[in-house]
Parts: sequence; structure tokens; C-alpha cells
Amino acid sequence: MSELRLDGIRSRALGPLELTLAAGELVFVSGPSGSGKSLLLRAIADLDPHAGEAWLGEEPRSSMPPAVWRRRVGLLPAEAFWWAETVGEHLPHDARGPGRGARSVSRLPPGRLGECVLPQHAAHTGTPRPAIAIPVTVTAWLERLGFESDVLGWSVARLSTGERQRLALVRLLAQSPDALLLDEPTANLDPINTDRVESLVQSYRHAHAAAVLWASHDPAQRTRLSGRSLVIRDGQLESEG
Amino acid sequence: MTLIHLSPVDLGLASILVLLLAGMSWRLRLGVERRVLVAAARSSVQLMLVGLVLKVLFGQTSLPLIGLMALVMLSVAGFEVMQRQKRRYRGLWGYGIGALSMFLSAFSVTLLALIVIIGVEPWYQPQYLIPLLGMLLGNTMSGIAIALDSLTRQAWDSRGKIEARLLGGGTWDDAIEEVRRDALRAGLIPIINAMATAGLVSLPGMMTGQILAGSPPMEAAKYQLLIMFLIATGTGLGSMAAVWIGSRRLFDERQRLRLDRLGTAARA
Repeated sequence: MSELRLDGIRSRALGPLELTLAAGELVFVSGPSGSGKSLLLRAIADLDPHAGEAWLGEEPRSSMPPAVWRRRVGLLPAEAFWWAETVGEHLPHDARGPGRGARSVSRLPPGRLGECVLPQHAAHTGTPRPAIAIPVTVTAWLERLGFESDVLGWSVARLSTGERQRLALVRLLAQSPDALLLDEPTANLDPINTDRVESLVQSYRHAHAAAVLWASHDPAQRTRLSGRSLVIRDGQLESEG
Repeated sequence: MTLIHLSPVDLGLASILVLLLAGMSWRLRLGVERRVLVAAARSSVQLMLVGLVLKVLFGQTSLPLIGLMALVMLSVAGFEVMQRQKRRYRGLWGYGIGALSMFLSAFSVTLLALIVIIGVEPWYQPQYLIPLLGMLLGNTMSGIAIALDSLTRQAWDSRGKIEARLLGGGTWDDAIEEVRRDALRAGLIPIINAMATAGLVSLPGMMTGQILAGSPPMEAAKYQLLIMFLIATGTGLGSMAAVWIGSRRLFDERQRLRLDRLGTAARA
């Protein structure tokens, strides 16, 4: 849908950096740990103070409320944090049920929000908790990562590191971002789940023409997914090879 | 007057008890004997000085002098709030947030009590103003110190969670909401507990004082109630102001969590 462009991004450890990702383009960033991969992603998501401007298509970051910008350039941090009790509570409101937040709902592709399914725990046990309708997309994403939809009722404390990481990706996609900033999203995953995550990111990228900036230290992954490869060195981005 | 005057000898006897305590601390190697003695000496000097100052103030009923006294009390309380923070805000904020919130809450509640509730004439009569303000400042001070400390500690510890909420498209308000609520609760719990157990476990200090000075117990109880209500309100307002300003200060104009605005951990 829209390209992601960095214009003079500069902080103590970085830049100034110029980078343009076309809509739907996949770009890898690699570099030894401590080279600033995470700092770069955090700067784009506007989590740390820095200079410079970033653009989504024609819209500059500074013209948007920070909350809107961060929702639209979805950052998946290396460590997934969860603030509420159950997994489902972390999904954005309009992904949990249709009809709320018309602005955000309209961002989702048409025809997908119409059909909804109930999470199984609510349907079977009739718990007093209000039954949450989940868009089919979320259920489909969960399935592709190897979860049943009842995972939404699970307590976050029960999740393993790998489960957290995979579910964090679903949480991120559910906020329907226009671009993805992924910080080592497969670092703690076995080969099967690495495949699952890669293929889910790829199909989201194709379906939404989302620009994806992927921090990865795994050369095999970079060849497998065949995107442009950049290396971060002394705070500067260089093309690899 | 049924007030029995205390002679220096009486106080000397009582101070021997403190010396005994210090001796025991030394014998049992508790290591607090120095602190016991210093604290006892400090309290003697401070209270005697305050007694002298109040004697002068009460004799004059001069607004500028009373204002000066109130200002001194406020600045010491502000300093004390800052001292009790593990992670202080850098710069003037470290002092300012506590002092401003105490000023807003303790001063306004004291004025309200003097003018509307008790109806003192003139409203700045020091026998009423100074003790009331002192009690309010002392209690709001503890509440604000606890609330601010809890706010900054928790914000520091749950940085990941706060940033996760920001990344999910939350505003700074959503992101800090829970931390802020916990901090406020922490600040309010001591005074709530004090109200709930008042009179059952111990007689509150002010009531004890009035009774010792010869007031009828019912009058003392009524004053104590008034004070407790005022203190609860003052602590609540003060903690809310401090936690609100403090949590706002943790974020910048682009709603980034700015933990760099807090200093390094102090021993507290």
C-alpha cells in the first residue's frame, strides 16, 4: 500500500540514515549484536529520541499522533512483553470484535471482517466472561503458527518463550500495520516454527503490500526469503555483497 | 489547667532510657547506636527550636512571619520527599514535583479548614494554622513520597510492558495507566489504614496531646476526626497531583517513555 522511507534518521549510535522500502518490499538488516539493529527499528517506531523524519507513503511521521504512527509501522521487539492476563486481551479492540472503531476496521481488507467465529473456550464452557468474536483472519493466523483459537483464553504466564514470540506476531498483525519492523522474530524458534513465521510474514506482506524491515543474523534465512540485504556498520547501512 | 509542667529533670530521666537503648544496641551489636543517639539529639534540638519559634510567632500573629514559617516547612518537606525516592527525576523536577503537589494539596486543604470549617479569626492565627499545616504536610509528604517512589520504580521495571502498549497503538495514558493506579493506591493505603484502626490500637497523636493538655475527650475525638478527614483528602489530592505530573514527565512530546529523565538508583 505505501512505501516506508527514512530521511536523515540520526541518533548517538546511528546514521544519518537514508533508506527507502518500496511497498511490499522485504529488506534484511544484519550486523553483529550491538551494531544498532534494534536501535534502528526502535528509532523508526519512534521509541527513542532521535533526529530525522520517516514517511509512510506521502505521510510524514511528524504529522501523525505517535500512537497512530506506531500502530501503522508495526514493530515486533526481540522480546515480546505482555501486560494483561490472557493472550486475547492483548488483541486490539477492533480485531476482537467487529463494529467498533470504524476507522481501524476499514483498514482491514474488505470481506474478511464479516465472518467471525467464537473462541472455543467461551462456546464450550459458557464462562461468565463475555464471548469475544475473533475475525477469521486472526484464527487463520493462529492456525498457521500452530495454535488453536482457544489459545486466546490462555494465561500469558503459561506461554513458553517461543510461544510468546509467535503469538506476539499475531498480536502485531492484528493491529493491521502498513509496514513491519521485525527484530529477530525467529531467534528462539525451532525450524518448523521458523518456517511457519516466515511464511506468515510473507503472505501478510504480499496481501497488504507491506514493506518489511527484518533484522536477522541468519544468512540462510536471508537467502531463503530472498530480499535485499543490508549490513549495519558503524551506524551506517551498507548493501551486502 | 490540669497541664503538669515537665521539668528538665523529667526529660533527663526519659533521655536516660534512650541512652540505655543505645547501650543495648552496642552490646547486641545491632549497629544502630550511633543513629539512635544522633536521631535523639536531632529531635531534641529541632523540637526546642520549633518551640522557641512558635512562642515568638504566637506572640505576634504576623502574616509575613507565618508565611515564612510555612514556606520553610514546605521546602523541608519537599526535600524529604526527594530523599525518599530511589530513582529521582533529574533536574529541578526531582524536587519540584513533590513540593508543588504538597503545596497544592496541603495548603488548600489547610485554608479550607481554617476559613470554612473551623472559622478561625483571623484565618492565619498561628495556634491553628501552624499545627494544622504541619500535620497535613507531614502526612501528605509520606503519601506523595510513597506514590512517587512506586511510580518511578514500577515504570523502570515494566519498561517492556509500557513500550509494548505504545507499540500496539496505545497513548502514553493507556501505557502508564496501570502503573499509575498502583502508585496512587500505594500512596493512599497508609492513611486509609490509619483511619480504619484509629482509636482501636492506639490513640492518635494529636488526640493524645489534647487529652494530656486537659481537653475533654469528646472534643479531642472530634478534632482528631476533622484532622483525619483533612489528612485523607490532602494525601489523596497530593498523591494524585504528584503521580499525574510525574507520569506525564516520564513521556515526551512524541509520547516516548523517557526513563533517562530519572536518575540512577540512590539508596533509599
